[in-house]
Amino acid sequence: MSLMQKHAVFERNSIVLLIGILIVVAIGGLVEIVPLFYLKSTIETVTGMRPYSPLELAGRNIFIREGCYLCHSQMIRPMRDEIERYGHFSLAAESQYDHPFQWGSKRTGPDLARVGGKYSDDWHVAHLVDPRSVVPASVMPAYPFLKETPLKAERIGEDMKTLRLEGVPYSDEAIANAFADLKAQVTPDGSADGVIARYPKAVVRDFDGNPNKLSEMDALIAYLQMLGTLVDFSTYDDKANLR
Amino acid sequence: MAHEEIDKVSGVATTGHEWDGIKELNNPLPRWWLWVFYACILFAVGYVFVYPAVPLASSYTKGLLGHSQRASALAETAAGQAARAEVGKGLANASLDDIKTDPKMLEFAMAQGRAAFGDNCAPCHGSGATGSKGYPNLQDDDWLWGGTLADIEHTITVGIRSTSEDTRMNDMPRFGADGLLDVKQVRNVAGYVLSLSGGSVQGADVEAGKQIFAENCTSCHGEDAKGLQELGAPNLTDKVWLYGGDEASVINTVTYAHRGVMPTWGGRLDPVTIKSLAIYVHDLGGGT
Repeated sequence: MSLMQKHAVFERNSIVLLIGILIVVAIGGLVEIVPLFYLKSTIETVTGMRPYSPLELAGRNIFIREGCYLCHSQMIRPMRDEIERYGHFSLAAESQYDHPFQWGSKRTGPDLARVGGKYSDDWHVAHLVDPRSVVPASVMPAYPFLKETPLKAERIGEDMKTLRLEGVPYSDEAIANAFADLKAQVTPDGSADGVIARYPKAVVRDFDGNPNKLSEMDALIAYLQMLGTLVDFSTYDDKANLR
Repeated sequence: MAHEEIDKVSGVATTGHEWDGIKELNNPLPRWWLWVFYACILFAVGYVFVYPAVPLASSYTKGLLGHSQRASALAETAAGQAARAEVGKGLANASLDDIKTDPKMLEFAMAQGRAAFGDNCAPCHGSGATGSKGYPNLQDDDWLWGGTLADIEHTITVGIRSTSEDTRMNDMPRFGADGLLDVKQVRNVAGYVLSLSGGSVQGADVEAGKQIFAENCTSCHGEDAKGLQELGAPNLTDKVWLYGGDEASVINTVTYAHRGVMPTWGGRLDPVTIKSLAIYVHDLGGGT
């Protein structure tokens, strides 16, 4: 019996085959997954990242609920064409507080990783209510109900507690003030100092064009307008972070 | 093998498996398949040495080529920019007027401006730059903040009511909503404003409206209502209306005001691209 026929042992004994599979998969898993937890080059930190403010988090929940990720990626790959169109390629650290991340795998619509600040709030409202009104060739579904639906986010603090279990550094103070912060972020004349202090670079304004109503549109646009705005790439050292 | 059995018809050994009398021949794998398989193994071994592959204690093997996707993307982007800089040489240092008169630079700026417009400006201003309600038409000769090359470049750079510190900014009062004028006064002033371009508002007292206009509106829109580009106040005597020129729209504008936002592009686009955009937009319908 030559060496090449030894595989008959695996084919004739199911337990031996099972153990063999376990060993091969375990080696593959160890080699591919374990280094990600300790290799410095895969654990990237970058200044400017912070957890989502309660309003942005509520918007993110709507983004996930409506399945936006099915058509919009949030990851600019390190390729010239993507950098020229969307901006600096995405860093792993930019998704560090995303549970789950929204990288996506399909682009029926454009990438949204750096869409924050690219269009006005009015444009986002018009576009979400009827995409064809501003982009005639768009195939995006309309979401007019977002403007009408009141934002139910009284329990956004519970979301933040859950995220804290996953490692997002929300303080007790941030969780205790969650809903108050959420409302303060859409009230430009109210006191939003706490929001700015807890969530630097948070934009405080009425997002949906209706100051009298806290709608789902407010939350979603607050989220869209902050995407990709936290890291200041004029101070980011590309050369030191090649990998 | 203990139970070697040769199939009578084909003369090939069987595997010893049998299902309802049907036995499996133990044919060897086709040679071509086997060699491709071995070649793949060899390729994988070579790949491990040439490209980044094996994780180590604190780093990973970088491979003989020292390949890095980030480095190559940055290099390709830089090479693309260098190629553009070569073609559009001087664009960075040239003044907008020089670019406009130099055919070579103009051709380049127009091409780059058109490309940048398609991705960044068309969502609001339309792919033909004709605008829509709330988003100005850039093809006509009616400019809110000025239609010269320098004005257009500045508007693109800082935006309007944007997040930039230097943003172009004005704030029309909400005359009706904030109680500065009552419903009747709003109707009268809307009637006067529309009368300037040959329109009318039902039941409006144009003379009273003229008086209200003189007291409330002239500081921005001018005594002749032709607007002031330094303040971004539109000309009210023409028939170009950003938010609609019918009776209801004008009354709505006086009541609630409009504060449209144009994002700042200074941080997102580089200065040469902004210059090209200014040239392109000026070519559409720019003034002097």
